[in-house]
Amino acid sequence: MLPQHLRTLAGADPEVRVEVAAPVTIGRVLDALEERYPTLRGTIRDYSTGQRRPFLRFFVCEEDWSHELLDAELPKAVSEGREPLLIIGAIAGG
Amino acid sequence: MSSVRVLVGTKKGAFVLSADGKRKDWKVSGPFFAGWEIYHLKGSPVDPNRLYASQSTSWFGQIVQRSDDGGVTWAPVGNKFAYEGVPGTHQWYDGTPHPWEFKRVWHLEPSLTDADTVYAGVEDAALFKSTDAGWNWEELAGLRKHGTGPHWQPGAGGMCLHTIILDPVDPARMYIAISAAGAFRTDDAGASWKPINKGLVSAQIPDPTAEVGHCVHHVTMHSARPDVLFMQKHWDVMRSDDAGENWREVSGNLPTDFGFAIDVHAHEPDTLYVVPIKSDSEHFPIEGKLQVWRSRTGGNEWEPLTAGLPQQNCYVNVLRDAMSVDTLDECGVYFGTSGGQVYASSNAGESWSPIVRDLPAVMSVEVQTLG
Repeated sequence: MLPQHLRTLAGADPEVRVEVAAPVTIGRVLDALEERYPTLRGTIRDYSTGQRRPFLRFFVCEEDWSHELLDAELPKAVSEGREPLLIIGAIAGG
Repeated sequence: MSSVRVLVGTKKGAFVLSADGKRKDWKVSGPFFAGWEIYHLKGSPVDPNRLYASQSTSWFGQIVQRSDDGGVTWAPVGNKFAYEGVPGTHQWYDGTPHPWEFKRVWHLEPSLTDADTVYAGVEDAALFKSTDAGWNWEELAGLRKHGTGPHWQPGAGGMCLHTIILDPVDPARMYIAISAAGAFRTDDAGASWKPINKGLVSAQIPDPTAEVGHCVHHVTMHSARPDVLFMQKHWDVMRSDDAGENWREVSGNLPTDFGFAIDVHAHEPDTLYVVPIKSDSEHFPIEGKLQVWRSRTGGNEWEPLTAGLPQQNCYVNVLRDAMSVDTLDECGVYFGTSGGQVYASSNAGESWSPIVRDLPAVMSVEVQTLG
């Protein structure tokens, strides 16, 4: 699931399905997402660090995965397509 | 018949305002990139339908957008701004070393001779160049590495490279300005740079006449006289007659010489415009009266221009890139405010009227004269 601004930027649907070879990790999901939508490069992971941008968070199966390593393997419910990886913009003013 | 197109960057999107040469009836298009901060948009002097826009947020970082049809449609181009080598440190607000970190593009300056070449001034301060219409960006690292970088500090808005001036006569010469480092010049197309801050006096820094460290807010030039530069510093309006080698203060009778925006009349190289702002701690006009001040003598002697501008209860700011002029016979002057107004004068500042009143806070205004 993508936040609204990234959907608009990429011209993507709210929910995007990507094929990812095992082991399925957030990093690999983002690789596949950026392959399909190159304009998303740099918007979720910082170009210089390769890490999650600080105002974004990742949620998986109702758990906060924001601070997990990007190469940590996601639960089967996500890799089998039953649950989404949620990419969410942190709520902040402005 | 001639027409004008005003490119407006705001805190929540971009707008394109267009009118014929009479500049009476305006068409407003936008918002483009709604919800994103648009620090700057600017058109190519070679191909006026080629526009570049800097789109960013703290959430999703930097995007660069390009239009090839005068702002009707847009598409993202390259957004990777990688510093050359290990970027090192600059000074933080408290004087401690702080690593260089790319945050956003403040200013886009298209080449005077090639529509596919464009320069980007970024925060943390550096200069990038694209020669393929924005797809790939390469740092002109001679600026950041020339030696004084570790002494540069951020201004209140960040450590930004906000001004890029391309010399219309000498293609190897350009000027840039950084808050808070100062002004710099290259005479070899960006390979090497020198600080050009002699004559600047900044009481707020440990050495008021230091080679670098000055909070330069904006610099402008008239294309017919490229060795003459005008600067709005944090405090002080300054002038150089020798390509920045030496500066002298020309604040004269201004009611306050703090401000951000400064521009030059399109046909009169000694006619300047500034918007005096009360102080660095109160970013609004004195006594709630919004006034543009004009000098027709290249500085020192200034007159207020108030017709059509609010003269009570007005507490807006006008940012450094939010003033521009057109090149029609009777020069038009435009500026945008933090209150979302874009004011236009079709008679060189004698009178003003708002094109729009209720946009998001305006960050930049650029004008294209078409036809």
